[in-house]
Amino acid sequence: MMEQTVGIVSYGAYVPRYRITPQEIGQVWGTDGAAMGKGLNVVRKSVPSPDEDTITISTEALRIALTRGRINPHDIGAIYVGSESHPYAVKPTATVVAQAVGATPYLTAADFEFACKAGTAAIQTCMGMVASRMITYGVAIGADTSQGAPGDALEYSASAGGAALVIGRENLIAEINATESFTTDTPDFWRREGQRYPSHGGRFTGEPAYFRHVGECGRRMMELAQTEPKDYQHVVFHQPNGKFPQRIGKSLGFSEAQMKYGLVTPWIGNTYSGAALIGLANVLDHAKGGDRVLVVGYGSGAGSDAFDVTVTDRIESYDRNHGRQVQEFLDGGVPLSYAMYAKYRGKIHLGGS
Amino acid sequence: MTVARFWRETPRRYNLGGNRCSACTTVYFPPRAVCPTCQKHRQSLGKMEPFTLSGDGEVFSFTLVHEAAEGFEMQVPYVLALIKTPEGPLLTGQIVDISLEEVHIGMRVRAAFRKLREDGRAGVIHYGYKFSPARENGGREAVASPVSQEALARAAARAQGTART
Ligand SMILES: [Zn+2]
Repeated sequence: MMEQTVGIVSYGAYVPRYRITPQEIGQVWGTDGAAMGKGLNVVRKSVPSPDEDTITISTEALRIALTRGRINPHDIGAIYVGSESHPYAVKPTATVVAQAVGATPYLTAADFEFACKAGTAAIQTCMGMVASRMITYGVAIGADTSQGAPGDALEYSASAGGAALVIGRENLIAEINATESFTTDTPDFWRREGQRYPSHGGRFTGEPAYFRHVGECGRRMMELAQTEPKDYQHVVFHQPNGKFPQRIGKSLGFSEAQMKYGLVTPWIGNTYSGAALIGLANVLDHAKGGDRVLVVGYGSGAGSDAFDVTVTDRIESYDRNHGRQVQEFLDGGVPLSYAMYAKYRGKIHLGGS
Repeated sequence: MTVARFWRETPRRYNLGGNRCSACTTVYFPPRAVCPTCQKHRQSLGKMEPFTLSGDGEVFSFTLVHEAAEGFEMQVPYVLALIKTPEGPLLTGQIVDISLEEVHIGMRVRAAFRKLREDGRAGVIHYGYKFSPARENGGREAVASPVSQEALARAAARAQGTART
């Protein structure tokens, strides 16, 4: 348990406007897209516009969070952006985001990378800095515009989106009671420098990777917090597809009702570093004061970060109606053909240099 | 555009940072060194203060761009509009996240943060403001269908009929 109470002061999420369905993708590759979507429990996935990337998604999410929480950007002491699709190989995403929200120059900033759990690692870093009074507010962002190679199984789920959390000591809408992690060297998914698309260990990404880490981390978190599944109103897991979180949730002893708001991947796809945070944002959009939330992130390579969270009564007066709530991103969107999707995602070779 | 020049313009491109004449309260974007509204420009010397626009606005006029500016090829056809801000200045900007059928004069928009262009595959990426449809209070964004040729033609006709500035 934390000696100094820290938690979430504000949050915001952003998902690009376009959507493509597994059927539309499967039709191009001669596979049964509908069956693929059903197997993955992905109805559609988000696609970013050609002028959107991890920097713009992070900025939009953080701007919503700052307005909702009426936070002066100059009170932000740290911005950490977790992603595996930072636009630059060298040059931070976090500096552009910091400048774009007006938080510069008196703050520290860095990009985090740990597959899909870079955003939850950023939360832990902010918790420590806020608790030790190094800073007033720390910003943790998880955002991605990940791609699967054309025709690869990943192409049916890899999408774009992100969420930003402002971590602080006062005016908390949710207290983070405790955090725990589970980390091992597991080569389930990777991308070498200079490679455009990631590689993965196929079925190996399941049991020894996602299920072991999320399961162990979630169980240990509840041990430390002295809680049981029934103590939580909501649970959020990392969600590379719609099926994995349902399976791990069930095996840990959670019901469909507890998983309802935390599961967003079926309607927007796998937003990688954004996935668990957008799920948490959707939970906070619906939560009531006193609700308890278990969050377990996962990143390939591999590790899990878990958080035991209690929503405060302050959530009732907090301006969560400013900006779009997650439900709008889940319901809305403009359908794209595969041709437009390939153009938008730079999958068409234009020739020339 | 050089990296240095773009970098100097970062405050206004990222945050709509303009300035305001403290003598007559006129707001300028881009920022000006003196206020041309004050009868004697010298009155405003040293009285121009930084002022950030709210990002709200409404479409004053618009056009459809079919011959893309460099770096915008992937977005053709796109909407370029004059945006009237409540603070006064008239801004030029692209409207994104909209189907061409929806654009109309007087529609409310809000500044969005987007990629403006890339200096080739190895160069710097430039970011800045564009505009997207503003949500009415608590309302949902209209879900649009993909662009049809008819919609394109109708929007083009409307844009022509309204290009009066
Ligand atoms: Zn003046």
